[in-house]
Amino acid sequence: MNDDTRPIHPAWLRATHWLNALAAVILAMSGWRIYNASPFFDFRFADGITLGGWLGGAIQWHFAAMWLLAANGLVYLLCNAGSGRLARKFFPLSPRAIVADLRAALRGRLSHADLRQYNAVQRAAYLFVMVDAVLLVLSGLVLWKSVQFPLLRELLGGYEIARRVHFFAMATLAAFVVVHLAMVALVPRTLLAMIRGR
Amino acid sequence: MIKKSPRRLAIDGDAVVKEALRRIEQPSRRLFLQRTLTLGGLSLLTGCAIVDEDSVEQALMRVSRFNDKVQGWLFDPKQLAPTYPETMITRPFPFNAYYGQDEIRQVDADSYRLEVTGLVADRHAWTLAELGALPQTGQVTRHICVEGWSAIGKWGGVSFASFLSRVGADTSAKYVGFKCADDYYTSIDMPTALHPQTLLTLSYDGRPLPPRYGFPMKLRMPTKLGYKNPKHVQAIFVTNTYPGGYWEDQGYNWFGGS
Repeated sequence: MNDDTRPIHPAWLRATHWLNALAAVILAMSGWRIYNASPFFDFRFADGITLGGWLGGAIQWHFAAMWLLAANGLVYLLCNAGSGRLARKFFPLSPRAIVADLRAALRGRLSHADLRQYNAVQRAAYLFVMVDAVLLVLSGLVLWKSVQFPLLRELLGGYEIARRVHFFAMATLAAFVVVHLAMVALVPRTLLAMIRGR
Repeated sequence: MIKKSPRRLAIDGDAVVKEALRRIEQPSRRLFLQRTLTLGGLSLLTGCAIVDEDSVEQALMRVSRFNDKVQGWLFDPKQLAPTYPETMITRPFPFNAYYGQDEIRQVDADSYRLEVTGLVADRHAWTLAELGALPQTGQVTRHICVEGWSAIGKWGGVSFASFLSRVGADTSAKYVGFKCADDYYTSIDMPTALHPQTLLTLSYDGRPLPPRYGFPMKLRMPTKLGYKNPKHVQAIFVTNTYPGGYWEDQGYNWFGGS
């Protein structure tokens, strides 16, 4: 594999990855500010980690970054599926393989020699976060346009349930990011590969 | 060592601050700091004047105008907001305004006149009795606030589309604007004004609209967020000139549709 000169991650993947990260950070921070306007749990996000300064500003950021997230996500999914990369890199995937790789990872015996190859835990995690992002967009659509998308609204249990779905999908994405960053810290080469491609 | 360290720290601290100030004073350093902060700390965009806040705000406003267009395009004039059984009405229905409950305006029913101006054929001012004599209809719908919360209420009054047709409004005009007794003002697009659930509202839950919900008249639109639903409406005008709104002028999205 060492004589392979192709980039580990193609340029379109690196570009969409970082644009997605930017959109996700803006959406999460502005979303926390919007949540603070009417919290449905017994806590608020500290103003210091929110974006927008006030509700109106936060909504402006949120409803601007949503276009970046949606357009960039669409490009990512189309390139990923269209190039065959999705099928090649993420499948086959079995629960048994996930458990085996998770055990190996926890014992520090998972090989990272070839960054081109996603292990089963990575495959599962990245596929999961793709589905989670789609759920975030769909529940967000219901919150934005609950009257105009009646089918979507009813599928998600109505406006109030969609609010909770949107929140928990955000929380799940945030949890993924924490683990994702911890993994990158453990294998810093992966960060270089996502920046330079090599 | 232990005794000496505080003194050394103090001296070092002074030196460090001095050195930092000297460096920050160099234009190239300042530029570098600005750039790194701009890239690194998105949150700084909100609190600090390090980046050009005006240009960021203008860009966000342009996206908001674009979002108005998208919403106008998504708006289906025949798509109805869901209605609910009366058992699902939220009690008590929340009060919300740009002021507190202690500042709720008291409008005198007898001297009240609803002005109708702009691109309309009949510009006479309506008394409350005249409005009450028009055919009445009602709805139990969900009110969604821009803050995120929602509540179900029951409103009654006159179909706004039929009222507009009665006063001979130019329905090819772009906007309908509203001025209120509590100095609130807002405006809506003509397709929403003509939506079958847009209601010139005179009653709440079977009784005359109480002051906290906008006596004597509010415009109720289940297809728009709460701040687009003006209370204590005193004047309606049909226009092609963008009228803006109390919150909209401060940055809330103008279309504000749901």
